[in-house]
Parts: sequence; C-alpha cells; structure tokens
Amino acid sequence: MPGKLKVKIVAGRHLPVMDRASDLTDAFVEVKFGNTTFKTDVYPKSLNPQWNSEWFKFEVDDEELQDEPLQITVLDHDTYSANDAIGKVYIDIDPLLYSEAATVISGWFPIYDTIHGIRGEINVVVKVDLFNDLNRFRQSSCGVKFFCTTSIPKCYRAVIIHGFVEELVVNEDPEYQWIDRIRTPRASNEARQRLISLMSGELQRKIGLKVLEMRGNAVVGYLQCFDLEGESGLVVRAIGTACTLDKLSNTSAFLPACNSPSKEMKEIPFNEDPNPNTYSSGPSTPLKNQTYSFSPSKSYSRQSSSSDTDLSLTPKTAPSPQGPRIFLFPSSPTLSCDSPHLKKSCLLLSGSSIKPLHSSHVSPVVLRKSVSFTEELLLAASGMGSGSAGKEGGPFKTLLRQQTQSALEQREFPFFTLTTFPPGFLVHVGGVVSARSVKLLDRIHNPDEPETRDAWWAEIRQEIKSHAKALGCHAVVGYSESTSICEEVCILSASGTAAVLNPRFLQDGTMEGCLEQRIEEASPPGCGFCHIPYDELNMPFPAHLTYCYNCRKQKVPDVLFTTIDLPVEAIVVGKGCLIQARLCRLKKKAQAEANATSISNLLPFMEYEVHTQLMNKLKLRGMNALFGLRIQITVGENMLMGLASATGVYLAALPTPGGIQIAGKTPNDGTYEQHISHMQKKINDTIAKNKELYEINPPELPEEIIGSPIPEPRQRSRLLRSQSESSDEVTELDLSHGKKDAFVLEIDDTDAMEDVHSLLTDVPPPSGFYSCNTEIMPGINNWTPEIQMFTAVRVSRLSNINPTNQTLNKNFNDLCENLLKSLYFKLRSMVPCCLCHVNFTVALPEDELVQIAVTAVAITYDKNQALQANKAPTEKSQQRASTDNEEQLQFPLELCSDPLSAQPFSPAKEVLEGASSHSGIPAAQRATSLEKASPLAEGYLRHRSVPSCTNSTVSVVKMTPLSFLPGAKITKYLGIINMFFIRETTSLREEGGVSGFLHAFIAEVFAMVRAHVAALGGNAVVSYIMKQCVFMENPNKNQAQCLINVSGDAVIFVRESELEMLPVQPSTAAPQPTSSAGDVTT
Amino acid sequence: MSGDTEDTGETLGTRGDIWGHCGDIWGHRAAPAAGMSSDLDVFVGNTTLIDEEVYRLWLDGHSVAEAVARRLRGGVLEREGTSVAVLQSDTRDHYRTFQMLERLLHVPPRLLQQLLFQIPPERQALLVQRYYAFDEALARELLGKKLSKGTKKELDEVSARTGVGIRSCRRQFDNFKRVFKAVEELRGPLAENIQQLFLLPPPLARDYAAIVFFANSRFETGKRRLQFLSFADFAACAQSMMGHWSQGALAPEAAEPDGDLPKSFLQDLKELKVLVTDKDLLDQHKSLVCSALRGKISVYNELEASFKALSRALVNVGGKLTHARDVRDFFVDLVEKVIEPCRSDKWSPGDLRLFLTHYTAAPRNLPGFRHQALWERYMAAITACLLRMYHD
Repeated sequence: MPGKLKVKIVAGRHLPVMDRASDLTDAFVEVKFGNTTFKTDVYPKSLNPQWNSEWFKFEVDDEELQDEPLQITVLDHDTYSANDAIGKVYIDIDPLLYSEAATVISGWFPIYDTIHGIRGEINVVVKVDLFNDLNRFRQSSCGVKFFCTTSIPKCYRAVIIHGFVEELVVNEDPEYQWIDRIRTPRASNEARQRLISLMSGELQRKIGLKVLEMRGNAVVGYLQCFDLEGESGLVVRAIGTACTLDKLSNTSAFLPACNSPSKEMKEIPFNEDPNPNTYSSGPSTPLKNQTYSFSPSKSYSRQSSSSDTDLSLTPKTAPSPQGPRIFLFPSSPTLSCDSPHLKKSCLLLSGSSIKPLHSSHVSPVVLRKSVSFTEELLLAASGMGSGSAGKEGGPFKTLLRQQTQSALEQREFPFFTLTTFPPGFLVHVGGVVSARSVKLLDRIHNPDEPETRDAWWAEIRQEIKSHAKALGCHAVVGYSESTSICEEVCILSASGTAAVLNPRFLQDGTMEGCLEQRIEEASPPGCGFCHIPYDELNMPFPAHLTYCYNCRKQKVPDVLFTTIDLPVEAIVVGKGCLIQARLCRLKKKAQAEANATSISNLLPFMEYEVHTQLMNKLKLRGMNALFGLRIQITVGENMLMGLASATGVYLAALPTPGGIQIAGKTPNDGTYEQHISHMQKKINDTIAKNKELYEINPPELPEEIIGSPIPEPRQRSRLLRSQSESSDEVTELDLSHGKKDAFVLEIDDTDAMEDVHSLLTDVPPPSGFYSCNTEIMPGINNWTPEIQMFTAVRVSRLSNINPTNQTLNKNFNDLCENLLKSLYFKLRSMVPCCLCHVNFTVALPEDELVQIAVTAVAITYDKNQALQANKAPTEKSQQRASTDNEEQLQFPLELCSDPLSAQPFSPAKEVLEGASSHSGIPAAQRATSLEKASPLAEGYLRHRSVPSCTNSTVSVVKMTPLSFLPGAKITKYLGIINMFFIRETTSLREEGGVSGFLHAFIAEVFAMVRAHVAALGGNAVVSYIMKQCVFMENPNKNQAQCLINVSGDAVIFVRESELEMLPVQPSTAAPQPTSSAGDVTT
Repeated sequence: MSGDTEDTGETLGTRGDIWGHCGDIWGHRAAPAAGMSSDLDVFVGNTTLIDEEVYRLWLDGHSVAEAVARRLRGGVLEREGTSVAVLQSDTRDHYRTFQMLERLLHVPPRLLQQLLFQIPPERQALLVQRYYAFDEALARELLGKKLSKGTKKELDEVSARTGVGIRSCRRQFDNFKRVFKAVEELRGPLAENIQQLFLLPPPLARDYAAIVFFANSRFETGKRRLQFLSFADFAACAQSMMGHWSQGALAPEAAEPDGDLPKSFLQDLKELKVLVTDKDLLDQHKSLVCSALRGKISVYNELEASFKALSRALVNVGGKLTHARDVRDFFVDLVEKVIEPCRSDKWSPGDLRLFLTHYTAAPRNLPGFRHQALWERYMAAITACLLRMYHD
C-alpha cells in the first residue's frame, strides 16, 4: 500500500440557496477517490457551513494516485427526495507526488457545476503520505516532474536532455454513449470531465514510465491535447521532452536573477561531468525495454539507412489508405507549385523569366516528374552522409556530425518539444519541417490497443524525421503536433525546426572537451545557428546562399523560417513584429473518402499560398527571418482555413532582404501602368515606413567584404507531395530566381491584384504597441512587472450568399485585423507595451461560422530607460543573487503565500461567521473587528511583504503564457496544472446570450486555475495555454455548450525588488512558515 | 426542500434529441433564425479590466448604444485611431463585466472574497465607491420618504425633475433601500455599520446614515418652505441629531438601533416643557438671556419681543418627538417657528449663534430646573441644526 491520501473538508462559503422556503441550504460533502467515498455530516441551514471534518484517509497504490482525480461533491441534504448536487471540485493530486513540489493543497476552491457555473466556495486540505516503493514491476511513475514550459525551467539545470516522449490513450466519448440519451446533461458532462481527468492522469503516468526507462527525471515542454473524434471516440495524447534535471539550489553562484530571459539562459551553468547523484536520487527502475536506454559504449554503427528503411515501410503499414500526406519543407521557402494550372495564381515569378541565365531553366516552371518519394529521400539523406561531409567542412564538421548523429540515432524520434535552449545547444538550424496527413476516423474498437492512432502519428513523425535528414539535420526542435477534425475527417499535422545539436547535452559524459572547444570556436554564438547545416554543393533544396554577414566565414541562407524562439545569443537589428498569413479555401461538401481526397488535394495549394504570404509580408517589413512559426490548417464542412503566425526579425547574420517589385501583364494600357506604378510606390513606402517603425537600420557593408554570392543562380524550391499511398511520387517544380535583391510580384489578373492589396491592408499596431508570438520581443528588454494575460474569443458569420475564395479571404483577414485592433484598444492604458506570445486558434464550428480564440500577455516596458543602462543592473543583480543563499530566498514567498491561505482559516473568524448567520449580526463587521485583535492577523500584518495583498482576502495569482515573469524570480515549481471543464446552458438568452455565456465561463476557468495555484501555495502560472475552446450553440433551443482545456506550470515567484530587501528580515520571518502551516492543519 | 428547480428542463430521454448527436450535431441543419446574429465577441483578462469612463456611463444607466455614442463624442476615436466597431465591442465587454459584478457590488465584502474576478484592491474600492455614490438632487427628493415600491414607482417624476436618468434613479433608490434594510436592525453607530457592511469611505457612509435616519424617522422634507434646504444641510442635521441624541452617543453597546432615536430620551424631553409652561421660569430664562446679550447682538429689540415665542417653539419641537406623526414636522416646525421669524427680523447668523449659546447655557442658573444635562444634550443638536439651516 504505497500511499495514503488524506482529505479534510473545512468549510464552505457563499453557497447557493437550495431551499427556497427558508432561503438556506443543508449542505454536506462527499469525498471520493477511486471507488471509496466518505461523507461529512450535514451542516443544517447555512450558506456558510463549517464542517471541520475529520481527516478522510484513502489507502491507495501510487498508480491510482497518479490516475485518479480527487472528487469533492457538495450536496444539499433533502429528507424526502434525492439530495441535490450543488457542484463539484476536482483536485489533481499529482503535485503532491514529487518531493520538490507542493507538500499540501489547502485553500478555497470554487464549487463548479457544469450547468450553473461557480456556486460558492469550499475550503479543503489535502495531503499525501507516500511510502517507499518496493515493487519492481510497478506501473506508476511518481516522482517524474512535468513542466509545460518549453525551456529548461528556471531553477533547474539540464544534466542531460534525453529526447522525445509521446503517448496516447483512447476511450469512448461518454457524450456519444447510448446511456447519454437517458441521463441528464449534468451527468453526461460530469462523466466526460471525469473521464478526461482520468485519461490525463493515466497518460501522464505512462509518459512518466517512459522517462524513467530513459533514466530521466522530468518532462519539459509537456503538451497534452485531446481530440474529440465524436462517434469514433476520445483521444488524449501528449508529447514532451525527457530530461534529467538538477535543482540549482546547491549552485548558488548561478542563481538566475531574471528580468529578461536572455540573462537567465546564460546563467544556467553546464556541467560537463554529469552529476552521479542524479540517478540515485530518483527511484531506480529496472529497465523493461532497452530501446530508449543509452549504452555508454562509443562503438556504434552509423546506420543512416536504417531509419530510411523504416520510412520506406511506412506507407505500406499505414492502415488508412485514404490519407495522402503532404509535407513541405524548406528553410527559405520560396516555394513553388507543382502543377501547371496553379501557375495562374502563382505570384512568385522567378527573375529568370526576365533575365534568363540558364538555358535549361528558361521556362519559369519546370516540371520534373521525379523518382519515387522514398528514393528521393534516400538520396537526400545520403547526400548529407559521409561523402558530403568530407567535401565540405573539413574533418571537424564531420566529427561533430558523427557525434551528434550517434547520440540521436539511438532514438526513434530525435525530436525536442523545447523552443528555447541552453546556450551552445543549438549548433545549426536548417529550417521548418512539417507534415500533414488526412485521415478518415473510424470507431476505435479496442481502447486498450490504440494502434491505429499510434500508427498515424508514427507515420507523420517518420516523415518529419526524414525531412530533417534531407536538410542535413539530425534533430527536430520546437516540435509540436496538432489535429483538426470535422465530422469524420481529421487532419493530423506536425511541425518543427530541423537542427543540428551539440551532443554534449544529449549524452552523459562521453564527449571529449577538446571537441567542444572546437565547436565553440567554429560557430560564433551570435550567428552560428544561422549557418547552413546542409552541404552547399549538394543541397537538399535550392537556396540562395551568401557568406554570413556576421562572421563572414560560413554560408547562410537569405531567409530563415523556424518554429523555435529566437535564440538569446542571436544578433538582431531593430525590433520584431507579429506576422500572420491568413487564407480561406472553399471546398465542396462531400462524404468520407471523397471529402478526404478533396481536402488533401487542397492542402498543398494552401501551404504554398501561406508561405507566399509570409514571405511577402516578411519582405514588406524589411526583415529576413521568422521565429515561432505556427501554421494551422483548420477543416470545416465547406472550407479550409489556414492561419500562420510568426515573429519576424532582422537577423544581422543574414543578407538584407530585397524589396518587392510589381510587374504588370498588359504593358500597353496607360492607366494600368499608372496603377501599377502607384502600387509599387505604395509598397516601397510601406517598406520604408516599416524599417523606420521597427528600427531596422543594419550597418551597410561594402559588397567586396562580404564576398561574391555563391554561384547558385537558381533560386528554386520544391514541394514534395505524395498523392496517394499506392503511387508515391514527387513532383519537383523549379522556379528560377535570378535577380538577387528584388522579389517580383506579377499582377496578371484581378486575383493577384487583390492579393497585393491585402498585403497592404495589414495595419501596423498603434504607436506604443509591439506584438510578437514568441516569448520575448527582440529589441525590447526593459520590461516592467506589469502584465496582463487575456483570452479573447470571437465567432463571426461569413455570410455571403455566393462566397468566393477572395471574399472569404477578405472577411477572414478583416476578422483577424479587427480582433488585433480591438486588443490594442483595450490595452491602451498599458502603453508602452508589447503583446507577447500572441496565440491565435481558428475553428470552424459550423457552416459559415469562424471562431478565433487569442491568448496573449501584454507587458509594459519602460520607454525611458535606455537599453544600455539595462546592462548594469543585470550584473549587479547577479552579484547580489550570488551572495544570497537559496534558503533565505524562500522566506518572502512563503510569507506572501502563506497568510493568504492561512487567513481564511483564522478560526475565530469562521466561527463568528457561522454564529452570525443565526443571530443576524453582520459577519463582516464582527470578523473584521476580531481579526484586528487576533494575534495571528497581527503577525500577518507585521510580516507581510507584498503590498498587493493588503486589503484583499484573496491572493493575487498572475497568469502568463510566457515561461518567466518580468522583474521576478521563480523560486519553485509546484507542479503542472491541467484542467478540463465543460459548461452547458439551457437558458442561453437569460445568461446574456452567447457572449455572456462564454465571458462568464472563461472568467470561471481563470478563477479555478488561480484557486488551484493558490491552494498549492503558488502565486503564478507560467507557460499557461488554452489548448482547446470548443463552443457549440443552438440558439433556436436557447442552448449552448463549451469545453475548455487549459494547462500551465504553477510556480512561486519573488519580486526582484523584494529580494533586495530580504537580508534584513530573515530572523524575524523564520518561524512564520512553520506556524502558518500549523494553522492550516487545525 | 424544493430542490434545484432550474434543472426541471432536463427531461429524461430527450438528451440525444436536444443535442442531436444522431447526425445533426448542435442543430447544424436548423436554419438560423432570420436576422439573428450569433456573433460572439468576448475579452477576458486575468486581471479584470475596468474602464472608468465606461463604468460611469453604465452607472448613469446608458444603453450600450448610448454609451458608444457618448464615447464617440468624447473623441476616443481620434485619440486612439480606432473604429466604431472596436468601440462597440469594447463597450459591450465592459457592460457584461459590470453586469456580472453588480451582483457582488450589492454585497461589497463579497467582492473582496470572491474568486471570479481578480481586481486590485484599489480598483475594488473604486468600483464600490462609484456604485454607491449618488446624486444629491435625487437623494434630496427621496429624503424622509418611505423606501417602498410605491416610492420606486414615482421615480419617473423624480427623474424628470432632477435630470438623473431613470435607470440610474432606480439603481440609486435600490442602493438606499439595500443599505436601509441591511442596517435597520443593527445596533451601534449607523455610519460605522454602513461603512463596515458596504466598505464605503467614511463621508459617503455618513451620508448614507443620514438617508437611513431620515427614511426611518420619515421627516417631512418636501414642503415648499423647506425647499431652500439642500441634501447637505439635512445630512448635517441628521448627523448632529444622531450624534447628540442616539443611544450610541452615550453607550456604544446600546440596545436600540441608532436610526431610531431612543424612546426614553424622547420621553424625557417632555420634562423640558417646564421651561415654557412655568411662567416664572420662562420670565427668568428670558431675563438671563437678555441681560447676557444686551449690547452684543444687533437685533436685541426683536429678541426681546420674540423670545417667548421662540422659546416655546424650541421647547415644543422636542416635546412633540414622541409621536411619530409629530416627528415628521420637526424640520417644518424649526423653519416655520424659528428660522422664518428670525429671518424676517433680519437676524444675522452670528446673532442666532450668540442667542442659542446663551439660551442653552442660561437654565443652569434657573432655580429649580433639574434637567440641565438633558437640556444641553437636546439643545446641542437643535443648535447645530438651526445654524446649518439658517441661510437663504
């Protein structure tokens, strides 16, 4: 019996009136874990019951502890009929299962009902006693830490980054079971909530087991999603990066004092000798499976072909033949199209049509039917094999490559869900790799064997892996997966950034120091990652290469697209900006296979256009690289939507982008010519204006210093596409591009004209605002602590009688632009500020309806503080931090978090409140007067160091999608928050219509997240993300339903300003944490 | 127990049909109702955004459309370079937030405890303060009226007279009534009770105490001859009366609520009648006051002539306070029998002050008058009221 869960129900407050006759409630509580249920006594006739229950004890094994949520139900006792449920609280006890996180969950939780929303609050205390596990064949993975954060968490250092872990579990969706027809909506919603909670726990446990097998102790960049497949079931899947983390408490010399993440990254020390204690501290597990383990032996065979054979097998094993897969890479995606009829809409015309240089490529569109897909990839892979390495970079590069390859080849998928890395980890970046696959959903017959879904994802991951190989990269970083489902069609997508990694972090101590030194010499930190990883003479795809503008030693592409955050060491000119490409494509309504086919036929066109738009918009802003690129393709009944978001920057290492040139088709028409030149002027003006706005003024370099461009006259790129499973074929399109610095847009019809217009409709944010979808805004680093996280949701009807792609595009574009405008207006009081981590999600809930959800954080920055001045405080704070020790740092945060949880417990107050409800004495009055007198409250006042808590009884919990809080130091990670809620109403109009309904629901979700964090003793959620927001309405029936899934990391942070005051206090503050913990248990 | 009646709509067996999972998910095939825009547009911040200007407009009872129009006139568009649609969306968001907050604003301590909206304390204070702030013109109209449904129905006229929007009138009326109901039965100082129950700043709490005091005692304030008195005048009078007369003024843990004047005190006031019924006392009182004031007061002759009338009025006002019906006339009597005569005799405020000081002090030297403490307690409030009310 490895664990004892203890629960105490203290009190309730603000309960709803359940008995209309007396205007009161006779409340009691059921506490359920697994199959065991306890009940409190009925507390009669009160809206503020004081149960003060005994400790309810559940003796359970740790597998159950990981899977099951603690379920607390508040009911109204009814003598004559069935007891009425007031609402529920689900508590994930996972944070209590590992030693470094929370030790107790204690606080006020909103009582939630899926029909009525929040109905009062309940005060609960939860503890877990874990016993030593002696079972060798255990199924639990207690002790593995989970982080949503996609970088190494702030108070840890990475000893080893093991790599990709994934898992999925499937089940029937309770909403679609036959029993759903005879049960109430409440019962159905609760069954669903409970099931997803259970599946999440199971999933996490299974991932934890994989991590233990890999000898890791943590999962970073953990992303869990669920797919509502409707009739065919419910899939919960997760990916993450297994790591061995070491808490930084011992290495106090390197305490990160963070007001910008760039500093923090540098402070993470690397240890070249892995800490031998790491393993002994974690539970030792017998390895069931050797696949994931690393043999320390250096004798490995470089079998680059082994995975390629896998690849060639994939299509044959693919169980669902309807799904043609589309994938597309390149880093500098001047993409081309692969069929002649696309030519018309093709805006990119190569320069060679103007200035033909190569006779073989006179025609702008060269169609080369090529060898089969697998062969092609094999070629690409071998191209970067031993032969090429020798040709290109000298023995050093070869060595590096071999080392990395060896480390990564032992992994099935060398993927990393991280987007920010320790310095030196990322050696080169190849470009974006992505793969999509259209599948028809069928019922999952055996939930215990989710082979079909596993195979689908395995197939896609193989493709990603082979794309990365083709780019000369062994690894994929910034990796993510997503789905879009409409009826029985599902698009699976995966994307990431192909990269070459420094093997030092991937293995334990097999590397020689001399090699590492040479690596660092070879790639200067500011530009190294831009240097091409592939062989320039045998490039997997054509690119326009120049010598790096920074070090002038290595080759760089002219444009770089990535899915990761901007590396902290990158040298950037000016500021960055959010760039979005938006696109709609109509599609005929169809059933099953015909539908899947038409979708997969449309996908390459959409990818192509999205890339074109991105490229054009990037050029329009005078920038040359995209970070955090996320392309989302959403499928609806009669259309497909594409939305790509990224942050554009000017990398000093890459060449200055050329302008955009417009070419008309009918030169004879005078007015037309005039129009064209007018447009050209407008574009040039926009570019000039943008350069000024984003402060892009790179130092001018004389051409001869840079050296002549590499003789690669053709700027081509290609799109690989496998049309069907049986006849994989690759069509390669070759668009020549001669003129170096101009990007030509040809206007040959009205569509093209529209597209040029739409380019210009993107309004820059109003002055004082910047926006980006990455963690930090390049070029701004003087953040203030003022942050505002928000979620905005819009549903709009694209109500055209005869919609065309053009009008839909315009509507969609307007929708996004207006939403952004609205955000800027709402947050105008925070100016000067930057919207960071702007995350758009598009859904097509019904015909003609488009739903856009945005989550982001606005951070105010100090305009006056010069950027250079920022350096000095940084160093100062480092010195200061290094003199403090970790134990001292703990106190202020305990102080600011404890009183908040302790205060509501002040027994005197509670008793009085209870008494007052009978006697009619105003509770607040009595409570306040008593609180002043109570020594506890006095102590609280004396020690309080957080002014924001002064007048409020509710603790402030900050939420941010970023991994850090500006001006603050995260001192402790308390565990992962992963919550799923359903809300339904049958009185939509009465609740303020769809907007009122959703507004209240989102506010409730925030409130429940905050309450859980506060109960864990935390004061912030970082890496917060709303992964799903499924909204359905039926206005004719006055009904609506919404599902929301959110996650993040609960943390404790301390303001940097308070750290400074700290050394004065510790002696007086020292007894406080223990005493308040005592209060909690009373 | 009646149970959760809101759930009665859940009829067993209809679930599958309601959500139409048999193909027609969420009524896909149902034609959207004509003209029905299902546009959904929400913005929710982790810290609840409060726009003070929009809050003002909401409190004033403007509809979303009116509020947008007013914001447009305010020039937001030009300043921020945004569109009308953005302004509408923003206004709707704020209005929804306020509507959700209103429930909590009715019980301000709950606003502090609730978990739904994360609002910084200073913002919470502002929300409460603005919500309970009132138009003095409106409060003046309602002073002394019973806060009943009947009065609420008359708010249309009040709105027309005062120029305060009808919705705002109703909200303010409800505030008065809510505060009244909450403190009606409570012991202790009225203003402090209100301050603690509604978390109002002390001056505002004192004004509410005055409103409750007037509503409780039902003083007549609407008569034509009282029209020159403002809300502030009455509020000051109410404070003096509560301050000097209520139980709380003597013993904090008194048995009776502060809004009611203590019965024993009012009963005792009858004893003071001796000052005007006993002819000797009256004459002696007059001579003491007159001798003290001779040469110090500009209206000495008038004082001499009207002393007995004034004294009778001042004493009788107190003597009548035991009967609820007579209590109503308290201010009318003071104006009619004291202020108006003095005014017609051209007393200056200084004259009145001097007179009242000596008038109050003199009975100390009257042989056989044993109620000096009661007299001074009584006259302290009367003096304060009269001095406050003695203006044009």
